[in-house]
Amino acid sequence: MDGHGLVERLRRVVGDRWLLLDEHDLRTYESDGLLQYQQVPRLAVLPGTGDEVRECVAACAAAGVPWVARGAGSGLSGGALPIKDGVLIVLSRLNRILEVDLDNGRICVEPGVTNAAVSAAVAPDFFYPPDPSSQIVCTIGGNVAENSGGAHCFKYGFTTNYVTGLEVVLADGEQVTIGGKALDTPGYDLLGAFVGSEGTLGVATKIWLRVVPVPEATRTLVAFFDSTRQAGEAVSAIVQAGIVPGAIEMMDATTIRATEEMAHAGYPVGRGAALLVELDGAEAECDAQFAQVTAICAEQGSDDVRVSRDEAERQLFWKTRKAAFPAMGRISPNYFVQDGVVPRTTLPDVLVRIDELAAEYGLVVANVFHAGDGNLHPLVCFDAAVEGQAARAEELAGRILDVCLEAGGSITGEHGVGVDKRKHMGKMFAEADLAAFQRLRCAFDPDGQANPGKVMPTPRLCGEVPGVYRQHPLEAAGLAERF
Amino acid sequence: MGPTSIEEAASAVAELSKQGARVRPAGAGSRAEWGGADADGTVTVHTGGLDRIVAHNPGDFTAIVQAGVPLAALQRQLAREGQWLALDPPDLGGTVGGLVATADSGPARHRYGGVRDLVIGITVVLSDGSVARSGGTVIKNVAGYDLGKLFAGSYGTLGLVAQVALRLHPLPAGTATLVATTGDPATLAAAVRAMSRHPLEAQALDVAWRAGEGRLLVRFGGVTAAARAGDATKLLSDVSGSPAASRGFDVDVVLDDEAIWAAQRAAQRGPAVVKVSALPTDLPAVLAAAGDATVVSRAALGVSWLSFPEGTDLAGRVTAARTALAPHPTVVLDGARLVAEPWPAPDPGVGALMRRVKERFDPTGTFRPGSYVGGI
Ligand SMILES: Cc1cc2nc3c(=O)[nH]c(=O)nc-3n(C[C@H](O)[C@H](O)[C@@H](O)COP(=O)(O)OP(=O)(O)OC[C@H]3O[C@@H](n4cnc5c(N)ncnc54)[C@H](O)[C@@H]3O)c2cc1C
Ligand SMILES: Cc1cc2nc3c(=O)[nH]c(=O)nc-3n(C[C@H](O)[C@H](O)[C@H](O)COP(=O)(O)OP(=O)(O)OC[C@H]3O[C@@H](n4cnc5c(N)ncnc54)[C@H](O)[C@@H]3O)c2cc1C
Repeated sequence: MDGHGLVERLRRVVGDRWLLLDEHDLRTYESDGLLQYQQVPRLAVLPGTGDEVRECVAACAAAGVPWVARGAGSGLSGGALPIKDGVLIVLSRLNRILEVDLDNGRICVEPGVTNAAVSAAVAPDFFYPPDPSSQIVCTIGGNVAENSGGAHCFKYGFTTNYVTGLEVVLADGEQVTIGGKALDTPGYDLLGAFVGSEGTLGVATKIWLRVVPVPEATRTLVAFFDSTRQAGEAVSAIVQAGIVPGAIEMMDATTIRATEEMAHAGYPVGRGAALLVELDGAEAECDAQFAQVTAICAEQGSDDVRVSRDEAERQLFWKTRKAAFPAMGRISPNYFVQDGVVPRTTLPDVLVRIDELAAEYGLVVANVFHAGDGNLHPLVCFDAAVEGQAARAEELAGRILDVCLEAGGSITGEHGVGVDKRKHMGKMFAEADLAAFQRLRCAFDPDGQANPGKVMPTPRLCGEVPGVYRQHPLEAAGLAERF
Repeated sequence: MGPTSIEEAASAVAELSKQGARVRPAGAGSRAEWGGADADGTVTVHTGGLDRIVAHNPGDFTAIVQAGVPLAALQRQLAREGQWLALDPPDLGGTVGGLVATADSGPARHRYGGVRDLVIGITVVLSDGSVARSGGTVIKNVAGYDLGKLFAGSYGTLGLVAQVALRLHPLPAGTATLVATTGDPATLAAAVRAMSRHPLEAQALDVAWRAGEGRLLVRFGGVTAAARAGDATKLLSDVSGSPAASRGFDVDVVLDDEAIWAAQRAAQRGPAVVKVSALPTDLPAVLAAAGDATVVSRAALGVSWLSFPEGTDLAGRVTAARTALAPHPTVVLDGARLVAEPWPAPDPGVGALMRRVKERFDPTGTFRPGSYVGGI
C-alpha cells in the first residue's frame, strides 16, 4: 500500500497525530461490540472534518486500498471490523452539532455525535426518537449505517424515518448531498437506500435529522404473567384494541431472576414473564388508553399489574429492563446476543420453539425483547471454559434464526448483517434478490472499496451479470415463501 | 399487455427488453401524464391482472398486496378488521403499484409517514426478467438493502413493482378537526409554528389557501379527539399572546369532519399541479408565489401542492410560480405536458449517482427511458 505513497498522502491530510500506524495504538480498533471477530487494520486515520474524510477516501481510491468507516465501534454484527490490509477511518472527531432549527423540527450534525447528544441538543421541548440502548456511546453515523432502532420504534419508527439529508463521501472520493433539510427531494430515494447500508455505500459526513416534540404525558406499567405465551397474547390484545404504545418490552423468567438480583426492583422471581408497557402522547388520550391496557393485562391473566407512581419508579422499571444484558453475566460466564424478528402473532409459538431448542442443546436461553415489533434478543448462555460449548451455543443461535425465518421473520431487526450474519443472508434471500442488492452496491461503489466483505454472503464483482431467479431450496421444501 | 401473475409479468418484460422495446408499467393509468410523456411506440404493461390481496394478517397489522389492486378496494378489505393503509392520496381508482411508483400522499402523511415509510417489503420485475425481493413482512428488519425505498417514487423507471408488503394501522376510534380561518399569511404561518412545536399527536396538520383566505386544519383521532381539538384552540392565542378571535382567527371544531378532508384532498389535483419541497417556515413564501392557485400544504412537513385553475396562459402561470419558488425544487404533476421539463434539475453529483443506479437496474434502458429526473 505504501507503494502509492498512501501513508504520506494521509499524513498530509490529517497530520502525524491523527494517523495511527503503531500496532499497539491500532489494537484499540481491532473489533467492534462483537468481540468474536478481531482484526488489526494496517493503519487508522482520524480526520477532523468532512473535507478531510473526502481527502482520505480519495487517497485510498487512488491507491486502490479498501477502507472501513468506524463510529463508536458499538456495533454488534462486526460491521466496523477492520480489513487486514485496509484503512480504518475513525469518525469520532467529527462531533459537532452544526445547526438546531426547532421551528422546522431539524438538527444538522456531524456523524461522530452520539445519539444521546442529539436529544440533549434539542431538549427540553424536543427529542430524537430512535434510541438504541447504546445511545450514550453510539454515533449518529453508526445509527445511519445500521438503521438503528430502540424501545420506541414500534410507535416512532427507526433511523430511516428521521434522516432527511446526508452529505456522503462515495468510494471514488466524490462528495454528494443526498436529500437535505426539506423532505421529498425529487428523484430516486437514495437516502432510503443509504440508511442501513452498513458502511458499504460510502461515508456519511453530515446528517440532517427530524426531531419531534416531547410527548405531553407518559404512563408506565409492569405486568407479570405465568408464561411468555400469556404475556404475548396480552401484547396482541393491546395492539388489536388499536393502541400503539410508546414501548412494549418483555422479559422471561430467566431474565426476571437475573435482573432482580442486580436491580432489586422487587420483581417476583419465579414468574413466567414481565411485560413493560409505556404509553405516551396527549394526556387525555394517554389516560383513557392506559385504563384500557391495565384492564387488558388483567383479562389476559395478569394478577400483578404495577403502575409507576412517579418518575423515580418509572426509571426503576426501565433500569430493570436495561439491566437485562449486564445481569445475564451473573448467571452465565458468557452469552451471545441474537437479534431476530418474527411476526408478533407468532411470538408465543416461537418462544416455545426456542425453549425446545435450548433443551435440545442443553443450554440456557434467556429472552428479553421488543415485543411490539417482534424483535427478539435471545441471550444464548454458555461457558467458554467448557470444551465445545461456545461452538454449540453459536450453532443454537443460528438455529434460532431458522425458527425466525420459518415464522416469516428476519435474521436481523437492528444489529445488522455485518460479517456475522453474511452466511445467513442466503436463507432469507434468493439469488436474484442478492443480485439486486449487488446492483445497488455497484452503482455506488463499482470497485468494492467501501467496507468489503460485509453484508453480502459471497464476494462479488460488479462486472458479473446478475442471474435470473431460481427457486431456493427452502422454498422447494415449503419452508419459505416469496411474497 | 396484461400479465395475470408475477411470472407472466417477468417473462413479458424479459421478452420485450430482448426485442429492444421500451416499457411503461401502468396501473389504472389515472395519472398517465405525471412525470412527462413516454416515447412513441412504448409498450404498456398493465398491472390490472395482478389483482390479488395475497394476505392480510390483522394480528400483525401487515398485508401483502399485488400491484394492480386498486387502493380503494384494499382499504375496503382492511376496514373490515378496523385497519387501514395509512395513505390517503386523492384517489379515484389508482392502484397500489401506481401509488408506490409515484410515492403520492395525502393528509395522513403528517402522522404516519409516506409510501417509503409504510412499504416493508417489495417484489420487483427487472428488465432482464429477474424477480427480486427486498425487505420482508415484519415491520422491523435491517437485513440487506432497502430497495422498497428506492422503488417508491421511481415512476416505473427502474422496473415494475409487482407486489408489496405493507404496514397497516388501526382506524382511529373517532376524529375531530380544528379549523382556524384567517386572511393573514403571517398569522397562518405563526399558527402552524405554534401547533407543530406542541406535542399534539395530531392525525393531520394541513393548510388550505385560496383567493387570499387561509385555513389551518388540525385533525385529531382517538376517543378524546373532540376534547383535544377544543384544547388546541387555546394554542392559537399563543400566536400573539392575545385571544384567538382578536387576531382575526375564525375558529371552529368540526366533529363530522370527513367532508373537510375530502375537499382538502380534492384540492390537491387540478388542471395543473405543482408540488414544492420546502420547510414549514417557507409557508409565507409559498403562499406568495401561488398567484391564483389553491395551495394545499402538509404544513408541519413543509411539502405543498399548488393547484392552478383553468384559464388563460396556464403554462405561464405555472412557470412563474416555479420561478418564484426557486431554489426550492418543484415538480409539475398534473399538467406536466404544459412545461418543457416537469422535473427540477438534480444536483449534478446526485444526478450522476441516480443515473448509475438506473444503469445498474435497467442496463437495457427498457423502463421509460428519458422520462425521469435529469432525463434519466
Ligand atoms: C392532486 C392529485 C390528484 C390525483 N387524482 C387522481 C385521480 O383523479 N385518479 C387517480 O386514480 N389518481 C389520482 N391521483 C394519483 C394517484 O393517487 C396515485 O398517483 C396513484 O394511485 C396512481 O395510480 P395508477 O395506478 O393510476 O398509476 P398510473 O397512472 O398508471 O401510473 C403512474 C406512474 O406510476 C408508474 N407505475 C404504475 N404502476 C406501476 C408498477 N406496478 N410498477 C412500476 N411503476 C408503475 C407508471 O409508469 C407511471 O409513471 C392523484 C394524485 C394527486 C396528488
Ligand atoms: C450494549 C449495546 C446495546 C445496543 N443496543 C442497541 C439497540 O437497542 N438498538 C440498535 O439498533 N442497536 C443497538 N446496539 C448496536 C449498536 O450500538 C448500533 O448498531 C449503533 O448504531 C452502532 O453505532 P457506532 O457509532 O458504534 O457504529 P460502529 O460500530 O462504529 O459502526 C457500525 C457500522 O456503521 C458504519 N459506519 C459508522 N459510521 C459511519 C458513517 N459516518 N458513515 C457510513 N458508515 C458508518 C461502520 O462501517 C459499520 O459498518 C447496541 C450495542 C451495544 C454494545
